[in-house]
Amino acid sequence: MQPALIVENLSLALGRANLVDSVGFSVAPGEVLALVGESGCGKSVTAQAIMRLLAPALRQTGGRVLLAGQDITALPERAMRALRGQAMSMIFQEPQAALDPLATVGTHIAEALRRPLRDVRDQVLQMLAEVGISDPARRIDQYPFELSGGMCQRVMIACALISRPAVLLADEPTTALDVTIQAQILDLLRRLAAERRTAVVLITHDMGVVADIADRVAVMYAGRIAETGPTAQIFARPRHPYTSLLLASIPRLTDAPKSTLAVIEGRVPTPAEFGPGCRFASRCPLADDTCRAATPPLRDMADGRLSACFHAEQLP
Amino acid sequence: MIRLLAGRLLQAAVASFGVLTIVFFVMRLSGDPTLLLVPEGASAEQVAQLRAALGFDRPLVVQYAAYLGDLLRLDLGESLVQRAPVAGIVGERIPYTLALAGGALLVALGIGIPAGILMAVHRGGVLERALAALVLAGQSLPTFWSGILLILFFGVYLGWLPTSGADSLASLIMPAIALGALTMSTFARMARISVLDELSRDYVTAARARGLSVWAAVSRHVLRNAAIPVVTIAALEIGNLLAGAVIVETVFAWPGIGQLAIQSIQARDFLVVQTVVLFVSSVYIAMNLLADLAYAAIDPRIRGRS
Repeated sequence: MQPALIVENLSLALGRANLVDSVGFSVAPGEVLALVGESGCGKSVTAQAIMRLLAPALRQTGGRVLLAGQDITALPERAMRALRGQAMSMIFQEPQAALDPLATVGTHIAEALRRPLRDVRDQVLQMLAEVGISDPARRIDQYPFELSGGMCQRVMIACALISRPAVLLADEPTTALDVTIQAQILDLLRRLAAERRTAVVLITHDMGVVADIADRVAVMYAGRIAETGPTAQIFARPRHPYTSLLLASIPRLTDAPKSTLAVIEGRVPTPAEFGPGCRFASRCPLADDTCRAATPPLRDMADGRLSACFHAEQLP
Repeated sequence: MIRLLAGRLLQAAVASFGVLTIVFFVMRLSGDPTLLLVPEGASAEQVAQLRAALGFDRPLVVQYAAYLGDLLRLDLGESLVQRAPVAGIVGERIPYTLALAGGALLVALGIGIPAGILMAVHRGGVLERALAALVLAGQSLPTFWSGILLILFFGVYLGWLPTSGADSLASLIMPAIALGALTMSTFARMARISVLDELSRDYVTAARARGLSVWAAVSRHVLRNAAIPVVTIAALEIGNLLAGAVIVETVFAWPGIGQLAIQSIQARDFLVVQTVVLFVSSVYIAMNLLADLAYAAIDPRIRGRS
C-alpha cells in the first residue's frame, strides 16, 4: 500500500545551525508512527515543516515531503492552504492555548469545514459526539474557558479530523493533560485513526505513550533519526545505544524502592557543538574513533528496522 | 453585568465630584476676578462693593457649598464677564469641539488602526518601516507647530483649505489632522503591539493549520483578541482629544470649548472654566465606562464573571 506520508531527507536550519539533518520516515494509512526524542531534538519543527508552518527564522535546506505520493515540497502557499486542515491536520500540546479564547467550540470546527457554522451545525454536533464530548448541543456554543483541558483537546481532534484528512500530526497531544485523561485521548486518537484510515505522526517524549498507541517508532536524537522500527521490536531489542539507554531510564514497578534512577550521562550537544561524527558519541558507551570521525548512515537491520549506529550489532 | 455597571457608575460619580472640587479651589487660587471686572482707577470701596455683590467676599467653603447646591439644581450659573447663563455660553461651543474631536478620531482610527495591523503582519518588511516613519512623525511633531505647517502649506501656499475659522466642512480638515496625529500614532503603536502579541500565540498557528491564510487568521481571530487593550487606550485617547483641542482650537481659531477655556481662564471667568472642565471630565469618565462595557461585549470571560 502507498504510504500516506513520506518524509525524505528533511533538513532544517536556523541561521547556520543545522537543527534537523536528513530526517526521513513514512506512515501508512491507519498507522500510528511515534516520533520520539527529548526536548529540542527537532521533532516539533519537523511537524511544522511538513505543514509548512515554520517560524520565519527557520528554513528548509533540503529534502521533500510526499502526501499520498504527491510531492508537496514546492507547492505554492495557496495550494498548501488547500491541503491544511483537509488532507493534513495538526493538533497541539496545549489544547487551551490552541483555541481562540473568543471563539466558540462550533466556530472552530466549522472553520475546518470552511463553511459558516449555521450551515454545518448538524455535522459539527455529530463530530463532537464522535470525539466523546457529552451534551454536544450545549458545548457547541461554549467558549474554550468553559471547557477542561481534556475537552479542549477533544475539540482540537474534532477540528483536525472532521475533514477526514489522510495525515494527522499530533504534537505532544497529551503532555499537558493528567494521566487518566491522557489515556482517554490516546484511545480516542487510536480508534478514530483506525476507523478513518488516517495516518498519524505522534510526537512525544514519553515512552509510555509510545508503548500505548504506536505501531512503529522513529527515535530522534539531536536532529537526526537514531533508529526506526516496529514498536514491539524497538522495546524488546533496541538497535541503537540511545534507545537502549532511553528504555533503561524508565523507572519500573519491579525496581527496588528508593533505588537511584538510571540517567544518560552528559547532555545533548547544541547545534554549534555538532561535529563530523555521530551526535550521540559524547554520551555513548560504545563510541570509538570511527563514531567521532564519520556520520553513521541509517542501515537496514534486515528485520524491517533501520539503525544509525556503526555498532548496532554489538547491542545485546 | 448589572453589578459591574452599578459599580462603575458609582466610581464615575465619585470621580466627577473629585474633579469639580479640585477645579473649584484651583480657580480661586488664580486671583480675584473682581479686580479684572472693575474699570481702571476704581476705588477700593467700589471693588469691595462689587465683590460683595458677586458673593466673593464670603468664606471659600460657603462659596463652595453654594456652588454644589446650584449644581444639584442643574444651575450652572452666570458668566461674570458676559453676564449670560454659562450653560448657553458653553453649550453653543460644544458642537464645534465635538465635530473637531470626532474628525480627529476619524483620522486617528482610520489611519492608526490599519497602520498598526499592517506593521504587525508585515513585521520586518519595507511597509513596516515606511509606516513606522509616519507614526514617529505623528507622535513627535508638536501640535502647535504641525498646525502652523499645515496652515502654511495647504492654506497659504496651495490655497486649498481655509486657514482658520469654522465656516465649512473644509475648515475642519486641517484641525482634525493636527489634533488626530498624536492619537493616530498611539493607536498605531498599540494596535501593532497587541496584534504582534496575539500573532505569536498557538491559536494562530492552529488556525493556519486548519487552512486559514495569515490574513484570514488575523481577521477571524487575532483582531478581536487584540482589540481589548486597544479599546482601553481608545477610551483614554478620546478624553485626550478634548484636552488637546485647547491648543488646536487656538492655532486654527476654531470656536470650540478649548478656545473658550483659554479666554475664560485669562478673564478669571470661574464658572465658565469650571463648566468646561466638568464637561471634559464627564466625557472622559463616560468613555471609560463605555470601554468597560466594550470589554464585556468582546470577551465572554468577562461576561461570565460578573
